[in-house]
Amino acid sequence: MTAVPEQGHAPVHVTAELLAAKTVGAYHHLSLVAPDVGERSRPGSFLAVSVGDAHLARRAFWVHRVGPMGGHRAVVEIVVEPRGSGSRALAALPVGARVTVTGPLGRPFALPREAARCLLVGEGYAAAALTTLAERLRERGCGVRMVLGGVDDAHVLEPLSARRSVGQVEVAAGDLTAAVLHSLPDSDVVYVAGTEATGRFVADAVSGMDLRCQVALERPLTCATGLCHGCPVPVLDDDGESHVVRACLDGPVFRAGRIDWAAL
Amino acid sequence: MTDATDWPFANPVLTASGCGGTGRDLAAYGDLAALGGFVTRSVTRLARPGSQPPRLVESPSGLVNAIGLQNPGAEAFLQDELAPLVETGAVVVVSIAGHSLGEYAELARTVGRAAGVTAVEVNLSAPDPVGSGLFDAREPFQAASVIGSCRRDLRAGVVLLAKIRSDVSRASETARAVLDAGADAVVVGNALPAAMPDGRAGGLSGPAIRPQTLRCVAEVVRALPGATVVGCGGIMDAADARAYLDAGARAVQIGTALFHDPTTAFRIARELAPGIAATGPATGEDA
Repeated sequence: MTAVPEQGHAPVHVTAELLAAKTVGAYHHLSLVAPDVGERSRPGSFLAVSVGDAHLARRAFWVHRVGPMGGHRAVVEIVVEPRGSGSRALAALPVGARVTVTGPLGRPFALPREAARCLLVGEGYAAAALTTLAERLRERGCGVRMVLGGVDDAHVLEPLSARRSVGQVEVAAGDLTAAVLHSLPDSDVVYVAGTEATGRFVADAVSGMDLRCQVALERPLTCATGLCHGCPVPVLDDDGESHVVRACLDGPVFRAGRIDWAAL
Repeated sequence: MTDATDWPFANPVLTASGCGGTGRDLAAYGDLAALGGFVTRSVTRLARPGSQPPRLVESPSGLVNAIGLQNPGAEAFLQDELAPLVETGAVVVVSIAGHSLGEYAELARTVGRAAGVTAVEVNLSAPDPVGSGLFDAREPFQAASVIGSCRRDLRAGVVLLAKIRSDVSRASETARAVLDAGADAVVVGNALPAAMPDGRAGGLSGPAIRPQTLRCVAEVVRALPGATVVGCGGIMDAADARAYLDAGARAVQIGTALFHDPTTAFRIARELAPGIAATGPATGEDA
């Protein structure tokens, strides 16, 4: 079951430099010069950051954007919500600081082979996982609509920028369930990145419907590289048997129907 | 085991059980063949799904884990995981854990005869053996019974390592017992019994326990001159590894540090490689 990254997408372990930092709403956006991490990233990739020796566990972040900046080819932007001691320490890093980064990690989103009507459901900072996905889908001629949620307006990730790249964006701060439900009938493919509760809600809503759904599942990660077995996800085999895989390697993106939600 | 020709680990740096994934995961970050050996997570007879999350939490200079020995079971391990691991070129050490004496022996027999297995490491030091349902080998005579059973059933030529608890009051006695029972070497140290924040049983690992494990290694070396000892506890860099080697350990195992930096073992192995002089502090992220 181990995901073996294709050549060219394998993770690298590098020292990154914080090139820029800005605060947007409730989040800190960090732009990292992390050689090869951006080049190798795909929609749904994440990376792991070390927060000094006092924190043994890594901190995992979705790759939000990859692009040229300050003379660098593929600067990686991540979105940090300062919540615990590690993320607060990261958010407080001065520009020019160096951090150790491993990435890109995980199994990314699968893109539809043909043009399809795609619904992207993003909640909180996790919506960052959908940013490059939306671009790839548009390049493939897919229709893209987005529902952006968050506990309040400050926790809705960059709705204006999403409108510029996606076009059809519905902002649903507080509760995104109604917005998702009325968008589902016009969709062929659904991508979800948000809380476990939202993933569960969408997976439940699409079960029995004739559409494909992938969920970027957030689990507490320790090593983020498959070594520690700390991020178990119960999944269902094709024959309906449940077994446990690692979110960081076999995910974090799963087919909604593969996750054994009852055991999660 | 004092004859250099019998010691299968060319480099003194091995991975610690349960800290290198399936091996192929760690191989993304370095050449496993450049390590002394790769120790698998403990394999049990039947598959174990492991504990409910959270499974690991940070504590000062350490991690507390309650993984629950998640593994696919011996049959699936031998069928699916071993060959890809051997293909990496790693010197393979398979860790085993049993629910009974008979199960330990059966595991030693089936794992030991599999192609590519250089050594079997018998896990006698799980931080919560009773809660995990493992055979309770905390008393030295029980540990010796396990090793005796494994030795009898292990294919000749496969090295037998006994991984014992770093309990300073019992370590030397336990080491003597397992070596007398047929272990080729004793691995001293494992996560220390600890509690998760919610009170569940777990194990504390990382630099927080290094001085404690080092003390046990020193005690065992002093009590049993000539015994082959491997130290396992809280090593983060080459200087930490050297402290164990200077205390008399023949090799070391790197565990929790891999969760922080998956390249740690490769870096330490390079710095400790025979013929390479000490090069000062390890070049970690803060260098």
